[in-house]
This record gives sequence, C-alpha cells and structure tokens, in this order.
Amino acid sequence: MTAAVNRIDRLFEDRSRKRFIPFITVGDPTLEATYQLAHALVEAGADLLELGIPYSDPLADGPTIQRASERALENGVSISDALQLVGRLRESGMEASLVLFSYFNPILQYGVERFFADLAKYGADGVVIPDLPIEENGPAVDAAKKYGIHVISLVAPTSDSRIQMIGEQATGFLYCVSSLGVTGARASLREDLADFLDRVKASTKVPTAVGFGISTPEQVRAVAPHTDGVIVGSAIVLEVERHVEQLKDPEQSAEAVEKIKTFVHQLASALQ
Amino acid sequence: MKEATTTTRIVPDEKGRFGAFGGKFVPETLMNALTELEAAFEEATKDPAFCQELNHLLSEYAGRPTPLTYAQRLTDELGGARIYLKREDLNHTGAHKLNNALGQGLLAKRMGKKSIIAETGAGQHGVASATVAAKLGLSCKVFMGEEDIRRQSLNVFRMKLLGAEVIPAVSGSRTLKDATNEAIRYWVSNVEETFYVIGSVVGPHPYPYIVREFQKIIGEETRAQILQMLGKLPDEVIACVGGGSNAIGMFYPFIQDDTVALRGVEAAGQGVDTDKHAATLSLGRPGVIHGSLTYLLQDENGQVQEAHSISAGLDYPGVGPEHAYLKDSGRVTYTSVTDAEALEAVQILCRTEGIIPALESAHAIAEAVKRAPQMSKDEILVICLSGRGDKDVLTIQDALESEKGGER
Repeated sequence: MTAAVNRIDRLFEDRSRKRFIPFITVGDPTLEATYQLAHALVEAGADLLELGIPYSDPLADGPTIQRASERALENGVSISDALQLVGRLRESGMEASLVLFSYFNPILQYGVERFFADLAKYGADGVVIPDLPIEENGPAVDAAKKYGIHVISLVAPTSDSRIQMIGEQATGFLYCVSSLGVTGARASLREDLADFLDRVKASTKVPTAVGFGISTPEQVRAVAPHTDGVIVGSAIVLEVERHVEQLKDPEQSAEAVEKIKTFVHQLASALQ
Repeated sequence: MKEATTTTRIVPDEKGRFGAFGGKFVPETLMNALTELEAAFEEATKDPAFCQELNHLLSEYAGRPTPLTYAQRLTDELGGARIYLKREDLNHTGAHKLNNALGQGLLAKRMGKKSIIAETGAGQHGVASATVAAKLGLSCKVFMGEEDIRRQSLNVFRMKLLGAEVIPAVSGSRTLKDATNEAIRYWVSNVEETFYVIGSVVGPHPYPYIVREFQKIIGEETRAQILQMLGKLPDEVIACVGGGSNAIGMFYPFIQDDTVALRGVEAAGQGVDTDKHAATLSLGRPGVIHGSLTYLLQDENGQVQEAHSISAGLDYPGVGPEHAYLKDSGRVTYTSVTDAEALEAVQILCRTEGIIPALESAHAIAEAVKRAPQMSKDEILVICLSGRGDKDVLTIQDALESEKGGER
C-alpha cells in the first residue's frame, strides 16, 4: 500500500481541463484484448479508465454492456482476473487512473475487506458499485478508506433531495447519471441535463463526471461545460462488439485495436 | 389493515433489514421512488378509506375470506395428523397473488400512477396484476421469461385477454430471474410515471414488507378459522416457498405462537444432489439479488446460478429476505421436495379431495404426505393451498406421460 495521493485526486487537481473516461468490460472478448485496448484507450486520450467486471445479472446495464458481460463470462472471467489485469497494466507502466465497475454481489463473495486490500495491492484507484446506494455502502467505504481507494458515488436526475447528502459524502469524483434508465447509447439527452449537472456541482467539493447514454462527439461537447469529466461506455463497447472476431484472432487484433482507438480518439478530442 | 396480532420484535427495521437480510441494493435512480413508496404505504395503511376500499375489494371481488377445508379423505389416506387446506386457490384469478396485486394496485392509484408493470414466473402474479389493472383502470405491462411464456401459454393468453402487454425476457435462463431483471430495467427508465407491482416478498425494501402486509391476511384468517372450528391452534403449518409470499402470509400471524411448527418447502427440482433445483435456503449462500441481501444460488465468483423446478413459480434462485431471517433464527424449518414428489402429490390431492393444486402448492402437499403419517391423529396440520392447477395441467400431462414412456 502506498501513502501517495490517490491518482484520481491528482488527476482532477487541475479542473481547467475536462477529463475523458472510457468504459470497457474486462475479458470482452478476451483478457488479452482488454489489456491491449486499455493501452490504446490511454493513447487515444483517456485520463481515467473504467473497467467493468462481468456479472450474470447486470440490472443497471442495457443490452450492449450485458452482451459484453456474457462474452466475458463465457471465458470464465472473474473478479480476480480483473484485479490481476489492473496489476498487469501497472507493471507495464500505465499511469492513468483505473476504476473498476462491479455489482455488489461479486465483491461480497470475494470479501469486502479483501477486495479493497487487493485494489490497493494491484494499483486500482477506485470502484463504482452501481447497486450500492449510500445507505448501504458503509462497510465498503470504511474498507476503502483504510486502503486509500475511492468508492465513487452515483447521483441521478431522480435523486432530488438526496443530491446534497450524496454530494457531501462523495470522494474521488461524483458520477452523474445523465438519463433515467440503464446504460446505453441514446439519440438525445435530457433537456434539463445542464440544470441537473449544475445543481450537482453546487452540492459537492469533489469533481463531477457524467455518463449513461453519451455516445457522440456532439453530446460530449454539449455536456462538457457542466462537468469535469465525461464517461462513454456503451458506444465504445458496441465498437468492441463490431470487432469481436478480429480481437480474438492474434493476427488481426492489432488492426482492430487501432480502429477502436481511432473511434475513441474522436470522442476524447471533442473535449479539448 | 389491522396490526399483527402479536409482535415481539419489529422486522424489518428502519433500513428495511430482517436481521442481516433485506436492505435496498438498487441503482441510485430508484432510491427516491422507494422512499416515496414507503411513505405512501405507511400513509395509506393509516387511512381508513384506503383500508375500507381494499377490504371491500377483497370480500366482494376477490372472494375473501377463503375457506379452510378439512381434508377428510387425504387425512384417512395418510393416516396421521388431521389435515386442513387454506383455500387460496378459491381467490378470484386462482391464487393468493391477487391479495397483494389488489393492495399494490390501489396504492399505485393513490400515488397518481397510471401504469403498472409486473414480473411473473408461472403467470399467476401476471394474471393478478392484469386483472387489477383492468379493474382499476390502469395500463399494465407484464415481463415474463421466454421459457415461461412457452410453459404457461394459457396464462399468457389470459393476461392478453385482460388487456395487458406481455413482454418476453430473452436473457439468461429466460425465466423469472430474467423477467425481474427486465422489469427493474424498465422501471429505472420509467420510474417517474410507473408503479412496479412486485409479486413476492422479494426485491428492495419496502417491497418485502409491503407484500407481507398484504398477504398476512392468509394466516390471520387461518388462525381465526381454526380457533373457531376447533378451539385450538394447529400443531404445524406448511407452505411452499419460491420467493415466499404465500408462505410469509401464512406464517407471519403464527410467528409468536411457539407451539405452532412452521415448515417452508422449496423446490428440489431433479434433486438437491443435482445442479437442477431451486432450493435456495437449503443450498444457497447470502448474496444480493434484485435489490435485496438474502440466500442466493450462486457460484464461487458470485455469479447467480439458474434455478430449476417443474413449477415455473418456484424457479427462482433467490428468496424473500424475511425467510432468510426466519431460517437463521430457527423459527421456520425449510425443506425441499423434488419434481417427482410434487407430481405424485398433485395426483394424491386430485384423487382424495377432488382438487387440482398448482404445482407450487403441490410442493407443500408433498411435504405433508411425508409429515402427516409421523404425527398423531389428534394433531392438526394446515397446508396453504396457494393456487389452483388449471395453468399447470399441460405441464402435468407432459410430465406424467413422459414418465410412463420412460419407465416402460
């Protein structure tokens, strides 16, 4: 365990720059592909990577990320594999912030304390747990503090009077859910999104990032003034899905990774 | 509604916990809706007008109180305890599910919601929800696994006839678990205008509590009926457990009656020594499913395992958190019976009492077939007959015919 400042805190020290946060599922379609893609995403402009741990019942996710989970689970990818992948990325010199995304049950079975100890051991900086609202996150937050890890809180357009409470408790950054519903690309964003994001910003000292449904450079540009970071998941996972067969094939994977990198670069550069 | 007749310990607590179980493990988007639901339920149940309207519907529409029937010929056949059947099969729509659907439907209306959604396994909760939607003038979508749509085509047709839209869930095992995932996803997307009518004592707080409160009428009536008929309480009460709503409804009013043994019966499917079963309390470990911490069938990585039962209504890898609590506290004994034992029990009840039970309820009958002969003739055994078997006759026919074909 290092006594160093958490990378997420360091990343957001300079709030004049907006941060780009892509999401991919660990093991989709293979662990090796995820390793290659992680490096490509950082080269394409990612400041923080969100790595999803596959789960059998991803009820906050739409069909795109659910299919990615199914592809990874077919390979038997587990929470241990995700932690070890983080370790491997650090050993290879990756400096970007790394945040895991996991439903609570795999963490509970792995052991909450052991999970946070291993996040620190392998070099992760935070975790997003979509089905662990602040009323239930006490044990996770206690363990996270001990190991210098952030449990990233989520806030939704329906949070209403909860926004203040969540904003005060948040550490690392505050994940603003841009639309009702599950993850997935959407043609248009809520009309009141800017108001919501501004309200959240006023409720918290930590930086904010917005995600769920953001899939085009235009949408990235539209939300950027109201947030410190933009998260894109399903649109990238869909791009991975388009190249699944090539990514599995060692001879063609480099080419597929390059195409996905180009796609992500367009999204990331919309922020600058 | 009346307060429970006897209470020593208050569960759930303010956080929605039954001991270590329960809680609200859901996306943040739903948290506000759950808080509003909790407040609306508390307010409604304190409002005499709400209670009066619900009681009126229960008596003049659903057909309550349901009878408690002495099963003379079944008793003679088994040669032990005197067996009584609580006839939830005689509710309008054919199962206990209507008690809860009426309660939640009225609550939805009171909260100003125009649309309800529901998930269903065997279809009984879907039919009850579609019925209530028609009666109260609400629109209704029912999520149902593709596999269950195939197994329960008659109930699917009934739902459509009643004006509901049936939406197939095509992920995972295509059964109740996946229908519930899809219902939750739809709810997250449409939470502002939609009321989610959960069909069992599962899901995030306050659902396990609300459903118990709407179903405890089963046990309250049974308790009063047996006292009036015999002047004493039963020695044992048996109910089947999938999510566990008929069982909690039956057990809850007896919890403080220490002389009454309570037995919940899960589906052992092809056997608890195979991987095709739904014996969550017997073989699961604590985990989170559909917003609640409870016993769960899962692998070592915390991935939810698929459950199996000949009964689509018991085919669920989780269980209500209050049952998890009652198991750990030892107040209720949980056992399991196989598909084959349940099929045998269907035939015994048909032959001796002229009642075709639902396959779910047949699990409780099968347990009674084992228990009754071990009890003395002056002991009283009550079985919750949670629903009637019309919806299952094709499944029963298929199973019995393939059994014969396989043996000879």
